Amino acid sequence: MTASPVSAEVDRASDPEVLLGLADRIVSWARDGEEVEAFVARSQRTSVVAYDGGIESLSQATSAGIGVRVVVDGRQGFAYAGSLDPEVLAETLAEARDNVAFATADEANGLADPDGVPAPELDVHRADLASVPTDRKVALALELERRVRAGDPRIRGTRNASYGDSIGTGAIVSSRGIRAVGSSTTSYVAVLALAGDGDETQTGGGVSVGRHPDELDLDEAALDAVTRATRMLGARQAPTQRLTVVLEPEITAAFLGIIGATLSGESVLKGRSLFANRVGETVAAPLLTLVDDPTNPATLAADPFDGEGLASRRNVLFEGGVLQRFLYDTWSARKAGTTSTASAVRGYSSTPGVGARALAVVPGSLDQPALLASIGDGLLVQGVTGLHSGVNPVSGDFSVGAEGVMIRGGEPAEPVREITIASSLQRMLLDIVAVGGDLEWLPGGTGSVSLAIRDVSLSGS
Amino acid sequence: MLEPAVVQGVLHEALRHGGDLAEIFVEDRRSTTVRLDDGRIEELTSGRDRGAGIRVVVGDTTGFAHTAALDPAGLLAAAEAAGAAARQGGGGTRVATLERRVVTPGAVRIQPEDVSKAAKVELLSRADEAARSAGDAIRQVSAGYGDTRRRILVANSDGLFAEDDQVRTRLVVSCVALGDTGMQTGFEAAAATVGWELFDEHPAEEIARLAAERALRKLAARPAPSGSLPVVIGPGSGGVLFHEACGHGLEADLVGKGASVFRDRVGQRVASPGVTLVDDGTIGGEWGTAAIDDEGHPAGSNVLIDDGVLTDYMYDLLRSRQEGRASSGNGRRQSYKHLPMVRMTNTFLLGGREDPAAIVAGTDHGVYVARLGGGQVNTATGDFVFGMAESYLIEDGQITEPLREGNLIGNGPEVLRAIDAVGDDFAMGVGGGTCGKDGQSVPVGVGQPTLRVAAMTIGGTAA
Repeated sequence: MTASPVSAEVDRASDPEVLLGLADRIVSWARDGEEVEAFVARSQRTSVVAYDGGIESLSQATSAGIGVRVVVDGRQGFAYAGSLDPEVLAETLAEARDNVAFATADEANGLADPDGVPAPELDVHRADLASVPTDRKVALALELERRVRAGDPRIRGTRNASYGDSIGTGAIVSSRGIRAVGSSTTSYVAVLALAGDGDETQTGGGVSVGRHPDELDLDEAALDAVTRATRMLGARQAPTQRLTVVLEPEITAAFLGIIGATLSGESVLKGRSLFANRVGETVAAPLLTLVDDPTNPATLAADPFDGEGLASRRNVLFEGGVLQRFLYDTWSARKAGTTSTASAVRGYSSTPGVGARALAVVPGSLDQPALLASIGDGLLVQGVTGLHSGVNPVSGDFSVGAEGVMIRGGEPAEPVREITIASSLQRMLLDIVAVGGDLEWLPGGTGSVSLAIRDVSLSGS
Repeated sequence: MLEPAVVQGVLHEALRHGGDLAEIFVEDRRSTTVRLDDGRIEELTSGRDRGAGIRVVVGDTTGFAHTAALDPAGLLAAAEAAGAAARQGGGGTRVATLERRVVTPGAVRIQPEDVSKAAKVELLSRADEAARSAGDAIRQVSAGYGDTRRRILVANSDGLFAEDDQVRTRLVVSCVALGDTGMQTGFEAAAATVGWELFDEHPAEEIARLAAERALRKLAARPAPSGSLPVVIGPGSGGVLFHEACGHGLEADLVGKGASVFRDRVGQRVASPGVTLVDDGTIGGEWGTAAIDDEGHPAGSNVLIDDGVLTDYMYDLLRSRQEGRASSGNGRRQSYKHLPMVRMTNTFLLGGREDPAAIVAGTDHGVYVARLGGGQVNTATGDFVFGMAESYLIEDGQITEPLREGNLIGNGPEVLRAIDAVGDDFAMGVGGGTCGKDGQSVPVGVGQPTLRVAAMTIGGTAA
């Protein structure tokens, strides 16, 4: 098919200066005794889904919104609106003001104070993404699907072979002197391959991410999806046992996300963190060094500022297995008697919350085949399910559905499915026996590797 | 929300370059949320999202654009974008005269927007107090209140013009208890497509007490066993089993793409006799209920599995047009920024004849799951998992010790055939669920009677 470039909406505010100007305007309406913060965000997205050699859908649209925080005498009110219309700005401020009276006063409430940390210069915006023709984006989705289908005779088709990109800009201005703006672009292809043999169907995913279509690797995405789907054909349940598991980078990242949440200063303050009072102690194998680093331009989550407009910085969480620090936004830092680590995360429809922004493992030296060879026997996990229901971040217990291939004699062997793997987050960190050198930057912004963990419970037949 | 004449013009613009179908979905959503944590009202948030999504369908291709600008210029620009995106020759479709469909929105006795913000804050304070008074071991309580009013308008070039007004209200309470074995959590929620009257039936204190008691009971819990055992699942929220085990696999979009184990199985036995599965978006007040779906089709009551035999899949507008049949009223979307797809509404297993107590008594050694957490399924393989939020050991036909959290894992078609007892105590779950699919979240309801699965794999940590 052919598609023409389209302008999804009249381009009213693509310039970062325009967004800053809107935020400035809201903040200029602050009254005496009132702290006001305006967060203004705008994004343009394109997504193309290919199916069966044609285009299933092509979406192009612009979203924008504002979130306004008002703090008076330690009470905080918030309101948001999915619009930048002039009358909406004043309405949203009025609504946030009205909400102040209902919150409990807390002297730690308040907007961030500029802390003098210089913002990193990050090369995360490819200006010419805006001029990439839609035809090219459509062609990428079609080509991805074609390569997956051609990748193996057992491939029956795909689900969601897609191309997507975004151009996003966010501005934060506050009456405490914060004034920050940043723009970034992202571009990705993703596919779920369906492989079949008789009545059986198996799935495998592949993805490639960058900041511009030129940075995408279609072959890698297609090959990953084809390999993962086809090697699962014939999978059976494995017997219940304890064994060493090797997590593929995507799976490692999912667990790191949960561990990152337990390191938030808010979890610690509220008595919900596994790691409270353990800074300086060995909580993981010495092989593991984990950072939260949104200043690394390699991650899609790179951003010069956090959700409160403070300059981003590199925070080391585990160094050689030793817990170094927790993450703080302004509120949790004040509460804990420390300073913000610029770890506020947010969208326009929510107040800042504290969280890891760009987790990354410092890679080891072994690529995945060498890592499997070093393990000898175990399970290579390529998919987990039920993370949201099967992991208790407070107690640390987890039990998740898993699929993958057994490792025998250091090589991938027969596929297994319908099993669970279980341990606790605390034990899992200490039981790490190898950290892969196969660093991969994932769509969520995590820099992840293959990770080998011993003595995990597998439940099966 | 918009006048039919304006809508007619927008649809006409969307089809200017051709196309088989043009549709506009307009949404105006207002929400209030209040969050209490650690004894403090952290914040009260007011939100407003308003905009329109326009799609143009040409053959198998859909062009889509959305805009927050509901003035004629904004709407026409989005219509042009959606039309251009789907341009593929074809066309000649004209916009039929719009006919307003009669829609009766769900009954709401007390509009949440008429309730003071102070009353919403006070509700959470009462929940906090009730949870803390359940036991000294309760160390942390967090509670959230939310209400949304979502007004929608759907119109398409076939002449459809329908509006609905959907109100949802929800309270969630989560507690942390501290004991000798560490911290345990308990969660409970009440959620319905009603207004503030939700709390007449489900007082905040009761929701809070249930959450606290669940956390306290788990302090004495031992690790769940691992391996294959009979599993008895209690009434109500247990219905999430069917949502995962087969609900998603009966969505026509996944079936059509060969991504469901239930493809080509209509008319065949897929479950034990006595298993009747229904998806019904018409039940007053339930969390997944609405008068119309997000394509303007009236909500349906659809039997998916009848006494063990697969009778039908669930359909949205696109999939039903492709197959020359009617939509089943399952076309839903998260917001005007999303394309609709096939989604469940309230999905539940009908009650059987057995005495629930006898089902437990007839189980020698197994697990009783009183409350299920969330789940996930791979529809292509049918493999699914879900969390056991509250579960117990069954020994010699008696419910005994509480178990720590773990996941159950199974295969949809296998579990449906392994159901060997269905109780007579049908109930809908009261907590309301959020179902995610391809990045979109929608509210759904679940329900079931007590039932037993002859064997499922329990992913516990006990050796």
